[in-house]
Amino acid sequence: MSKEWPLWEVFVRAKNGLSHRHVGSVHAADAKMAIEAARDTYTRRMEGVSLWVVPSAGITASDPGDAEALFAPAADKVYRHPTFYSIPEHIRNI
Amino acid sequence: MYTTELKDKNEKNTKPVGAGLAAEDPQRLAVFEARVAADDFIEPKDWMPEAYRKTLTRQISQHAHSEIVGMLPEGNWITRAPSLRRKQVLLAKVQDEGGHGLYLYAAAETLGTSRDEMVEALHSGRAKYSTIFNYPTLTWADIGAIGWLVDGAAIMNQVPLQRTSYGPYARAMVRICKEESFHQRQGYEIMMVLAAGSPAQMHMAQDALDRWWWPSLMMFGPPDDNSPNSAQSLRWRIKRDTNDQLRQKFVDVTVPQADAIGLKVPDPDLKWNEQRGSYDFGAVDWEEFYAVVRGEGPVAKERMNARVSAWEDGRWVREAALAHAEKRRASRLAAE
Repeated sequence: MSKEWPLWEVFVRAKNGLSHRHVGSVHAADAKMAIEAARDTYTRRMEGVSLWVVPSAGITASDPGDAEALFAPAADKVYRHPTFYSIPEHIRNI
Repeated sequence: MYTTELKDKNEKNTKPVGAGLAAEDPQRLAVFEARVAADDFIEPKDWMPEAYRKTLTRQISQHAHSEIVGMLPEGNWITRAPSLRRKQVLLAKVQDEGGHGLYLYAAAETLGTSRDEMVEALHSGRAKYSTIFNYPTLTWADIGAIGWLVDGAAIMNQVPLQRTSYGPYARAMVRICKEESFHQRQGYEIMMVLAAGSPAQMHMAQDALDRWWWPSLMMFGPPDDNSPNSAQSLRWRIKRDTNDQLRQKFVDVTVPQADAIGLKVPDPDLKWNEQRGSYDFGAVDWEEFYAVVRGEGPVAKERMNARVSAWEDGRWVREAALAHAEKRRASRLAAE
């Protein structure tokens, strides 16, 4: 079995003004081919106006096992949310 | 297009998927089961029991193979489509099927099996694909029947899978379902036009329905009492409805569609059951189903030969593209 084409992650900007969003992946020999494959695979129905392709090997992801340590502390910092502060009704525009 | 979990009869006595669960870490297993039961999504890097990974890999890759092999019976008619409009539509549909295969292969790869391993499994005959594609497309009406019935059955199967527990699979299903509905409508339109045409055209439409009806019902897989892993798959939200539930639903929506264009479903036992609010229908020939799963379908060999030669004939292209990319990378590095 010969070597597989590397994997690329595909990001599509649905329209200008929005950020690129991950939609899936493709195999391709190089970046140019990855763009072409992404175009054929993920934008057959006007899904976007711009494409990014990134080698999957270049992505570093957080470990799901660390999710609690990383993200749970946010739950006890409710003072980061505006509703934490009670302001009397008659004070306007705040 | 969807395939249900397929095994041939010889495989039927292998141990059920749940058998390996005793070896799993009970604490992690409990957390996993609770998440799935609460309709949480499982993502690629999350811990999962080996049996879940294996069942999903099998189901998603079979589904992907079915999309890719499914391009063959329809591709067969692209050059002979009766008008430019029909040709454009069919080209777009076949291209969609290729895309669906790619979404699904990508989803299966996140479980740790490479694309090449999956392709190899298909070509060596170890992996199955939907039995429906081992029937030939003899006339243009077959393209109508495939869109209407085969894609219709696929939609019935796939809509609930948008809520399947494995994130990448569910996301692929959302995209596929969005695209599949045009497939079914273009097929029904073909049947509608033929059924309203000359007696010969009407006959052609009826003949296609006669040949595709039963194989379409088989697409939902063996009856529930003969589908040993269904309970586990339902519990893990890999399946959301049983084979028989989906089959019944398909019959109930499709029969009125046939009636509406004057076609007759080829089942003498078909009868509306007032009490159940559903159609009663005749027995499916499961011997035929298992024979086709074993690779005895009328065009099974032709399908696999087409796949294998496409793969082998394209080998030099894959290798050349890789060598070219490598050479450019090297020259870029040398220039730095």
